[in-house]
Order: sequence, then structure tokens, then C-alpha cells
Amino acid sequence: MNATPISDQMAPDFLLAVEGLTVSFDGFKAVDDLSFYVDENEIRVIIGPNGAGKTTVLDLICGRTRATSGSVKFKNTELTKLKEYEIVRAGVGRKFQNPSIYDDLTVFENLEISYPRGRGVVGALAFKRDRAVKERVEEVAQTIFLADLLDQRAEFLSHGQKQWLEIGMLLIQDPELLMLDEPVAGMSVAERKKTAELLNRIIKDRSVIVIEHDMKFVEDIAHKVTVLHQGKILSEGTMAKVQADPKVIEVYLGH
Amino acid sequence: MTPAFTLRAKDLIGVVILALLLAVVLPLVLDPFRLNMVGKYLTYAFVAVGLVLCWGNAGILSLGQGVFFGLGGYCMAMYLKLQASTPEATKIQSTPGIPDFMDWNQITQLPFFWVPFKSLGFSLLAVVLVPALFALVLAFALFKRRVGGVYFAIITQALAAIMTILIVGQQGYTGGINGITDLRTLQGWDIRTDSAKFILYFVNVTLLIGAILLCQFVRRSKLGRILVAMRDKEDRVRFSGYDVASFKIFVFCFAAALAGVGGAMFTLQVGFMSPSFVGITPSIEMVIYTAVGGRLSLLGAVYGTLLVNWAKTSFSESFPELWLFGLGGLFIAVVLLFPNGLAGLYRSYVEPRLGALFGRKRPAAPDATPAPAE
Repeated sequence: MNATPISDQMAPDFLLAVEGLTVSFDGFKAVDDLSFYVDENEIRVIIGPNGAGKTTVLDLICGRTRATSGSVKFKNTELTKLKEYEIVRAGVGRKFQNPSIYDDLTVFENLEISYPRGRGVVGALAFKRDRAVKERVEEVAQTIFLADLLDQRAEFLSHGQKQWLEIGMLLIQDPELLMLDEPVAGMSVAERKKTAELLNRIIKDRSVIVIEHDMKFVEDIAHKVTVLHQGKILSEGTMAKVQADPKVIEVYLGH
Repeated sequence: MTPAFTLRAKDLIGVVILALLLAVVLPLVLDPFRLNMVGKYLTYAFVAVGLVLCWGNAGILSLGQGVFFGLGGYCMAMYLKLQASTPEATKIQSTPGIPDFMDWNQITQLPFFWVPFKSLGFSLLAVVLVPALFALVLAFALFKRRVGGVYFAIITQALAAIMTILIVGQQGYTGGINGITDLRTLQGWDIRTDSAKFILYFVNVTLLIGAILLCQFVRRSKLGRILVAMRDKEDRVRFSGYDVASFKIFVFCFAAALAGVGGAMFTLQVGFMSPSFVGITPSIEMVIYTAVGGRLSLLGAVYGTLLVNWAKTSFSESFPELWLFGLGGLFIAVVLLFPNGLAGLYRSYVEPRLGALFGRKRPAAPDATPAPAE
């Protein structure tokens, strides 16, 4: 692969190009002049101590928090000016840290709402649960191990199942960039293994940014690791390179 | 899907029972005076079913539904007032041909915004569109800025207060504190007679059943599920590619339009419209109807409206000064003891027994232990 010079703003072979991204909350820079690039079909893991700004970076990319300065380009489209739902429709999916699902709806309905059709008021009124929808929902439910629980109210799922359901809700949108915030937090060992397997299956044809603390899990999935510290990049590279970096050992891994 | 179908059948049975009660049983057992009173109560039910969608499903509490009820009612009243203000009927006024209260306030020409209300077609449209457009402006301004929850409720309540002050203050244009009174005919048809009231009662019941069916359609559509999803996890809906504000705007306007229809039916059946149905007190009472009936149940909201109003009338007849305490107590009881209102009580206590009585196999209740997953 020929490396495109980073200075080239229009670098077309990066799916996501974050440049000079800064956000300050009352003078405190939670993310400070951050730049990084994610390739197509890459799994990028962001690690770092608490308060390093990891979740804020995801918030900035998906539009939940507005950047003070800098740019986020997704397939050469500037995301910082778009509304949240426009960013989603452009192909960026985001999973929250705590399982964020609709307790009062069934697993089927949870997935159906994320099906990318009928997203306007009129479209939602006219939306028909046709064959294509059912097949897609069932297919995704199979992938996330919930095929037998389609009629279950989401409230009654276990914590791990809720996490999978939310991943499924993103999968059904088929985003080109999937962002996961601590997908295995609070999971049992068995669930972790299943989740790693799930992630390895769903990353085909898409890029993934994952925030995770579980180093074993990071080793299993990461192509490249970015270490954040106080809103800045401390180190970036392969897992082996990052783990050997004395700066990283001092602020993060050493603990 | 079968479960969806059974649910649909169950909903329809409920609507049919309500329709029979309102259109057959009550007209047979009540004298015209009481029936007209029920008709008046039922106009509030339009507001209550709208609140089920807006508050129960979407979680948007509005304490200003009286404004929309009033706007619908005033649109109707303006039309009826112009009908009653022909030059012949008003020839003793210094300016014949304008409503009497304008004449009393030294207004000599019909204000421009009254002129279109000479047309019945325009007035009927206005009954729905004026409240809906007003709601649209408000909802657009607030929801696009992500004002929600308690703040939204407080603003709607302030709106109810402002609207009352405005109507009372602009006496010459609105009839002031007395409202628009002495309404007589609709296209020449005298609405004050018993037979007219009887017919209007049935028109009201038909419209209400229609409104309930429309609400059921909305609730069963994906939009209905999105509303529930938004109430639970607004951010998740937003980051699933939906413009959350537009759905809130829709449901708020929808509820406002329904309230407007209720207001117009009120004017027709009661024969006047006044600011006392617009302000904070009626707006909050309307929320209580929904709360008592069950804010998640359309039919519950109708029964709640009937019950609270019946209680209000019987209470006020014997102990007028105690009614407000009764109403307050009722609201506290609902919040503390049965948060899902009458409909919730029905679902937890009556329905299982009915099922057992008819020996029907009940579909698994949502609170039943879920089938274990393999």
C-alpha cells in the first residue's frame, strides 16, 4: 500500500480522517489537537486511562458533542457541520457505553426501528413490516445470538444480551464505520469470548473504532491501537509496539 | 404476525364496546339534559386521547392542551357568532351586522381575522389547522432547541396563562371574559333545540370513535413504536438516523388538532366558548382525566374523562367547595397507587379474571416469566 502523505487533506484512501480536533469545556481541553486516520476495513482500538477523552472522541465524530475546532472527514464529507441523524445516514453507527436499547419494545421491534427505511414522519407512518424487513431482522438476530428471543421484551434480556442487541441495532443499519464504546464491559468471560467472535464476524466490509479497557480483548481484535492521554495521542501503532512504549507503560499499562 | 393480530382484535373489541355504550346505552338511559352533559364531557375526551399519544407514548407532558381546545372552540364560535349577527338580528346596534360584544366595545368594523369565519368550510378547516399550526410553531421553536421534560411542561403552562390573559384583555375582538355567547344556528339549523343536541351528541361520538381509531393506527405504525423508543432512549433513536424533533413536533401537533376538534364540538353542544376552558386549571384537569384513565390507554382515557367529569358534576352539585380537594386527592392517589390509571387496574385485575371466566388461553402476559432461552 502506498502511504499517502498525511498533509494531503483529500486523502481518499482513509475512511475517516480526524485532523486537529479540539473541544474545550469551559477552558478545559478534553480533546486537544487530535489527529488520526482510520483505513477501510480497519479495526482501531482506542485505549487510555479514565478521563483521557476516549468517549469524547466518539461523541465528536458522531455529532453528539460539537468540536471547538478541527475537522472530521468521513469519506471526504465533513461531519462536524452535519446533524446527528445526517451523520448516521452517511454511514456512521455508534454504540453507547451502557446498553442503550428500548426496554418497552420487543427484540424484533428494537431491531426494526434501526432498519434503514421510513426514517421520516410520513415514512414511519407508512412503514410496512414486509418480507425484506423480517428477513433482515431475523438474519441479524441470528448473528447476535438472539434469534430465539425476537418476541421477548428487551427489558428482560441479560446485560450481555442487551449489549448484543445494541450491536445488532447498528448492524442492521449496515454502517461503514462502526464505533463501539466498551462493548464487553460488565460481561462474563463466556460472553466476552462470544462478543469477540461476533465482532470478528461483523467487521467484514466495514471499519470499526472500539474503546476498550480489557487488554486481552484488545489484543484479540485490534489491528492498530491508539493510546489517548489527557486528550492527546500518547502512542499509536500495533499492539506490540504500543505495549513496548515506555510512555504508555508509565501512564496506563503500568498501573 | 399472529400476536399483532390478536392485539388488533382486542383493541377493536374495546372500541366496539365503547361505541355501543356511548351510542346505544347512554342515549337510552339518560334524559336529554344528562346526555348533553355526557356529550360535553366527551369533547374533553378528544384532548385526553391526544394526551395518551403525546404524554403516555411519547413522554411529552403538555400542561397547555386547553389552549388548543380553546382555539378549536373559538374558531367554531366565531363562525356561529357571525351566523347569529346578521344585520337584521343586530339592527338595534350602532353598527349592525357585527357581533354584539364588538358593538359594546365601540368597534365599528368586523376585524380582518374574523372575515374568513363567515365561511363554514374555512371555519371547519380552521378548527383543526389553527391549533395544529399554533402547536407547530411552538413545537418547532422548542423541540428543535431540545427543550423537553419539565421545561416543556412549564412553558406550555405559561402559554395557557398567556392565552387566557390575551383573550380576556382583547375584549373587543374576543368577547373577553364572557367569551363568545348567544350562539344560535349553523347554516340556519338551530343548535339550541333538544333534537339538535341529540344529533350533535351522535356527531360527537362518531368523531371521537374516529379519533380513537386514528390514534390506534398511529400507535400501531412504526411511528408509534418510535415514540415509545424516544421516551425510553432519545439518544439511541437520534443515533439510529432519526430526526427526533420532527417526531415530537408531529405528535404534539396531532394532539393539538384533536383537542381543537374537541373544542369545536364543545362550542356546538354547549352553545358558547369562554376563556375559562383555555387556562391553566382546565389544562391540568385534562391531564388528570388522562392520568386517571391510564395514560397508556386510549379507551382508558375516555373512561377516565367520563368518570372524573361525572364525579365533578355530582360532587359540585352537593359540595361545591370540596371538589378541588377531591380532584387533587384523586391525582395524588393515581400517582401513588395506580400509576397506569384505570386501564392499568383493569389489565392487572379484571382482564386475567375475564380470561379465566371465558376459559380462553391468554397470550403470555408481559410480566409473566419469560420462556428460558436455550
